[in-house]
Amino acid sequence: MPKLKLPAPPLPEKLNPLPKRPGAPKATPRETAAEAGVSVVDWVDERTSISGGARWMMFRKVPKGTNWFYTLGSATMFAFLSQTVTGVFLAMYYRPDAAGGAYESVRYISNEVFLGEFVRGMHKWGSSVMVILIFLHMARTFFFGAYKYPRELNWVIGVALLILTMAMSFTGYLLPFDQRSYWATIVGVNINGTGPLVGPYLSDFLRAGPEFGATTLARFYAIHMLLIPGILAALIGAHLYLVAKLGTTAPPWIKPQEPVTREEQA
Amino acid sequence: MPDRHQTKSKYTSDQRIPGAFEGETVNRRRFMTASAHTAGGVATMAFVLPSLAFAFGPIFEEHEQPWQDVGAVEEFDAKSYVPKTITIATGVGEAGKSTVYMRRFDPSVDKEPKDRYNDFIALSTRCMHLGCPVRFVPAAERFICPCHGGVYNFRGEVDGGPPVRPLDRFYTRARDGRVEVGPRFSVNREIKRFSPRDPGQALDGIGQYLYPSRPSIRKLPNT
Repeated sequence: MPKLKLPAPPLPEKLNPLPKRPGAPKATPRETAAEAGVSVVDWVDERTSISGGARWMMFRKVPKGTNWFYTLGSATMFAFLSQTVTGVFLAMYYRPDAAGGAYESVRYISNEVFLGEFVRGMHKWGSSVMVILIFLHMARTFFFGAYKYPRELNWVIGVALLILTMAMSFTGYLLPFDQRSYWATIVGVNINGTGPLVGPYLSDFLRAGPEFGATTLARFYAIHMLLIPGILAALIGAHLYLVAKLGTTAPPWIKPQEPVTREEQA
Repeated sequence: MPDRHQTKSKYTSDQRIPGAFEGETVNRRRFMTASAHTAGGVATMAFVLPSLAFAFGPIFEEHEQPWQDVGAVEEFDAKSYVPKTITIATGVGEAGKSTVYMRRFDPSVDKEPKDRYNDFIALSTRCMHLGCPVRFVPAAERFICPCHGGVYNFRGEVDGGPPVRPLDRFYTRARDGRVEVGPRFSVNREIKRFSPRDPGQALDGIGQYLYPSRPSIRKLPNT
C-alpha cells in the first residue's frame, strides 16, 4: 500500500528522531494512532490524488524579499470566511419581513440570542474590515507592480471581487431594516437610478417596482446571501488558482541578480 | 465507369472528422455531439429564461396607484400646507406610507394651466436630490431636506442645494366634498407634467431623454 510521504520538518540534525533499531519493541499505541491517521489520509489520497494539488498550492517557491504585506490577500480571504460563517448563523434567526418582522428579528438577535450581539457585531464590523483590507491589498498590488504581465487577469478578477464586495455592503445595509438602513437604501437605489438610459430600469430592478415595496427586502436578502456570495466564492477560487499558477512577485526594491555563468563558478 | 466514391472529398479531408466516410459532412459522431449540445442548451434555457423573467418581471408590471381619500375639502386653504399620509406601497406596513403636503390651487401663486386634476396641489415629500423626506417649514415658507441641504420654495421649485427638479406632485380631485389623491407625476422647471421619474433624474433639457419614463409607473394619459 503506498504510504503518503509527509514533508519532514526542517529540524537540526540532532533533534531528528533516530531510525528504529532492529529488535526494538513493537509500535507504541501512540505510534499506532498516528499510523491510523496517515492510513485514512492515504486512503483518500489514493482515490483522489489530492495531495499533489495540496502540495502544489501549499509548498510554492516565493521570491526573495517576501514580507508581511503579502499577507493582506489572505487577511481579506479570512475576513470573507468570517463574514460567511457569521452570515450563515445570522440567517438562522433573521426574517426578511418588511412589515416589521425584519427589524424585530434583528432586535431579537441583538438582545435575546446567546452571543447574538457578538455574532452580529462580527458580521457588521467585519464587513468594514473586509473593505479596508481589500483596498490595502489592492494598494500593495499596485505599488509593488504585481498587476503587470502575466498577472493582468488576476487584477481584473480582483476588481470584480471589489465591486461584488461593495454590492454585498450595499445589499446587507438594508437588512436590519431600521430608519438608517431604509433611507440609506432609498438614497443608494436613487444613486443607481442617475445612470443615464439604463439607470431608471436598474433602480426598478433593485426595488422590484417603482416604489420601495413588499418584495424589495426579500430581493436584497436573496442577492445578499445567495447570489453574490456564490459568485464571490467562485471568483476567489479563480483568484487563488492564478496566484498559485503564476507565483508572486518580488518587492520592487529587490534588484534582479546577475545570472551566474559556468565560467565564474569554475 | 469511374468509382465516384474513390475521389477525395474536399469537405472530409479539410475537417478531419474521425470515422467519416468520404464526402460525409454530418457523420454520426458530429450529429450526436450537436444533439447533446442542443439538448443541454434547451434544458439550461428551460430554467434560466423563466428565472430571469421572474427576477426582471417587476420592471414591466404597472404599479397600482389607487385614488385615496385624504380629507374634507374644507381642511385645505391656499395659504399654507396641510400634511396628509397616503399609502404608496402595500404590504410593508409603515415603510409603505408617505407624507404629502396639500393646499388649494392659488391663481396668484400657481402659474401652471388649470385643469380638473389641480384644484388642490399635492406635493410629494420625496427630495429630488436622492429621495430623503423633505419637511415644510412654515416660518420660512420653504421645504427643507435634512440629508444634503436641498431647499424648495412654496411651489416646490428648487431654491437651492443639489436637487435637480421641483418636488414631485400627485393628481388630486374633489368628490362629494372629499379630496382624493391619485397617481404621482414628476414636473420640470415649468411645472409641466411628466411620467414619474426617480429622484436625481433631471427633466430639463436632455434630461427627459437621458432618463426615460418606465413601464412600471406612468402619469395619467393626456394630462
